[in-house]
Amino acid sequence: MPIRRLIIAILIIGPILALLAFGFSRDAKYIRSPLLAKPAAPFTVTLFDGKKITLEDFRGKAVFLNFWASWCAPCRAEAHDLEAAWQKVKDRNMVFLGVALQDSDPASKEFLKEFNVTYPNGKDESGKIAVDYGTWGIPESFFIDPQGRITYKHVGGIRASLVLEKLEEAARGIASAQEGRGDYQGVR
Amino acid sequence: MTAILGHSSIVLALLAALVGIASPLIAARFEPERFRTAARYSIFGQFILVTLAALALIYGLVALDFSIKYVAFNTTRATPIYYRVTGLWGALEGSLLLWEWILIIFAGIVAWIYRQRHHEMMPWVVMIFSLVSAFFLAVIAFLSNPFEAIFPVPADGRGLNPLLEDANMMTHPPLLYTGFVGLTVPYAFAMAALIVGKIDEAWITTTRRWTITAWFFLTAGNLVGAWWSYHVLGWGGYWAWDPVENAAFMPWLPATAFLHSVQVQERRRMLKLWNLSLIIVAFSLTIFGTFLTRSGIISSIHAFSSGPVGGFFLAFLAFILIGSFGLLAYRADLLKDQPELDSVVSRESAFLLNNIVLVSALFTIFLGTVFPLISEAVAGVQVSVGAPYFNSVTVPLFLLLVFLMAVGPIIAWRRASWDNLRRNFLWPACVSLLFAIGLFVWKVREFLPLLGFTLLAFVVATMLYDTALALRARRRIAGEGVLRGLVTLTRRNQRRYGGFVVHLGVVLIILGIAGSMTYSREKDATLALQQSLEIGSYRVQFEGLQGSQQPTHFRVEGAFRIFHNGADQGVVTPALKFFPTQQSPIGRAVHQSSLSEDIYLILSGFSEVDRNQATLKVLVRPLVIWMWIGGFVITLGTLICILPMGKLRPDC
Repeated sequence: MPIRRLIIAILIIGPILALLAFGFSRDAKYIRSPLLAKPAAPFTVTLFDGKKITLEDFRGKAVFLNFWASWCAPCRAEAHDLEAAWQKVKDRNMVFLGVALQDSDPASKEFLKEFNVTYPNGKDESGKIAVDYGTWGIPESFFIDPQGRITYKHVGGIRASLVLEKLEEAARGIASAQEGRGDYQGVR
Repeated sequence: MTAILGHSSIVLALLAALVGIASPLIAARFEPERFRTAARYSIFGQFILVTLAALALIYGLVALDFSIKYVAFNTTRATPIYYRVTGLWGALEGSLLLWEWILIIFAGIVAWIYRQRHHEMMPWVVMIFSLVSAFFLAVIAFLSNPFEAIFPVPADGRGLNPLLEDANMMTHPPLLYTGFVGLTVPYAFAMAALIVGKIDEAWITTTRRWTITAWFFLTAGNLVGAWWSYHVLGWGGYWAWDPVENAAFMPWLPATAFLHSVQVQERRRMLKLWNLSLIIVAFSLTIFGTFLTRSGIISSIHAFSSGPVGGFFLAFLAFILIGSFGLLAYRADLLKDQPELDSVVSRESAFLLNNIVLVSALFTIFLGTVFPLISEAVAGVQVSVGAPYFNSVTVPLFLLLVFLMAVGPIIAWRRASWDNLRRNFLWPACVSLLFAIGLFVWKVREFLPLLGFTLLAFVVATMLYDTALALRARRRIAGEGVLRGLVTLTRRNQRRYGGFVVHLGVVLIILGIAGSMTYSREKDATLALQQSLEIGSYRVQFEGLQGSQQPTHFRVEGAFRIFHNGADQGVVTPALKFFPTQQSPIGRAVHQSSLSEDIYLILSGFSEVDRNQATLKVLVRPLVIWMWIGGFVITLGTLICILPMGKLRPDC
């Protein structure tokens, strides 16, 4: 009888310990994003000026996709950089697209006006785009190559120089092995 | 010199611990008396040696002995003296030493108090203490040595993690460690009872006060942690369900369950196996917590230094779990023949249900915490579950717990009759129903908050009603007035009324959590000079920025004037602190509290070119202050439970 109980106890404890031991086989801090070098999920977004844009429309161009919200401080911090980067590449075969998450329309528009953002921006009405792209902290930026593959993902604020560098890579279809990190705020 | 003294004390203490483990084994086989005393002296020996080591490290920190690596990494010449002392628990090596120190203080007190009692059990209690102590001493001596030398000796140190430069850091870790370590006392007695084979209620009655004390420190440690998070981390919250927070909270659940279920065993001799299992789980979770925190297997916002100790903690955890449950299985035959539950409407079953709810909460929190591991092991992708998971699964459980908190202490043992139920609960139920209607008419319309506040009112109403009935009885019997009656009642039944007060504290904490979870508002804006932002009945006006050089950092402060309903509440100054050793600034949020709500200001950015612009985030969080008040009420209740008050009833 005691033996049977002991076996039951070990059967419960064993897997838990094995799971914890498994934890040592990996580094929790550097997990490759499963999205890198994979086709970007298609979506349609309504811009603040009322037009509709589909990701498909950008096939053949390098795309910079940025998720943001007006209440997010790191988004404010990167806003000038993004616009500056856009000014440098807007005449080339590259596009910028901003998608506002969990935000109110007036606040979003206020934000765009405050930072003089000129590239197209829309909102993720149903929240589905954010789910498809697995956003968990904003700002979050994705770089998509002309074939529609995600080449780089950056969680948190990004600098203009990095945007330009990664866009060049995207244009040539070079995918990064790891996602980047900056200052970010959790999605609510 | 300091380092040599410290390190050799640790090694000698380890030897003493080995003596403490071996001597009861020898005593059991050969010559009892001499080896029994040897076990006790080994604890006193460890106590002196570990105290010496801890004092050596504190001396090193205060005297800035930079030849010790730990000192060089955790202080600078500019560090004020009190933060030098708290540097003892500023990083892994020192924390382990503090843990071991508290453990051996507990062990020493236990060995001293019970030196004339429990002749059969004590050597084994001492052995369990020595076993745990030996593990920590071995880790300190060989794996994470706080006395490790550094060469060449640096001219100045690197400094404490800036987030730890806060007054609460003096209290939060020691409180939490005391809670963790305190659980070793009931655990050691439980194991000793199993080894000796005397599984009656002796180990439970002996450790009652110890368990309550440990529970109190766990509660206080978690609350101070929440308070620290609220006012230092500057995100406006106090709990993020981060793995490290969960690790500190998880032992609290089985410990709370244990406190309640042992009463059933004391009274009805039921649940023996369950109680032993609970204390094993609670103790194991304290080791698990340290393992989780220090192994780095799950990423957390708490960037603790993780050393090579993770594997050893896992091995020790395996040893504890398999050893304890193995022993339990071995003694299983002694745990049979218990009385059956007489009725589902009884205090036993209320306590049992309370246990099931607490253990379910533990299970769901554990699952959520290790979920990234499970998902990666199974699907190859690390997925974290965030606050929404934890909130949605634990809120219903905790609401049920609140209901049980109203019923459990009042309902009759064995079998409650209808008459009984009506007498105890009819009026409180009516009062809370009226309260609910009042809330609904006023403005609380959502289901969960309404249910929550009503249940809280129900708890308070049952306790007040019960106490009022007892006071009326006192007046009839002895003609005592309200105050005199309260004193007599409390002295006659410290456990009951102490428990009431603790429950009242828990009610206040839940009130604070419910209010701030449900009704918080927030807003942010970039403000120019004299511009203002409105939120609820508050208006916040920006009055300028100021920079200043502090001993360890550069500080940028924004001045904001708060108006509440138009009345000037004064200027507050949230700040950003720039530490030379840190890449990003650390926020210093400020808040003004009132009994109804807190206003909380976070300076999230400022313009470097234009000194007259700042980005500000403002939160209004209702009822938060009641959490901290609840903490004080719990302290009071715990004191009522454990302080010796008169000799009216010897078992209190």
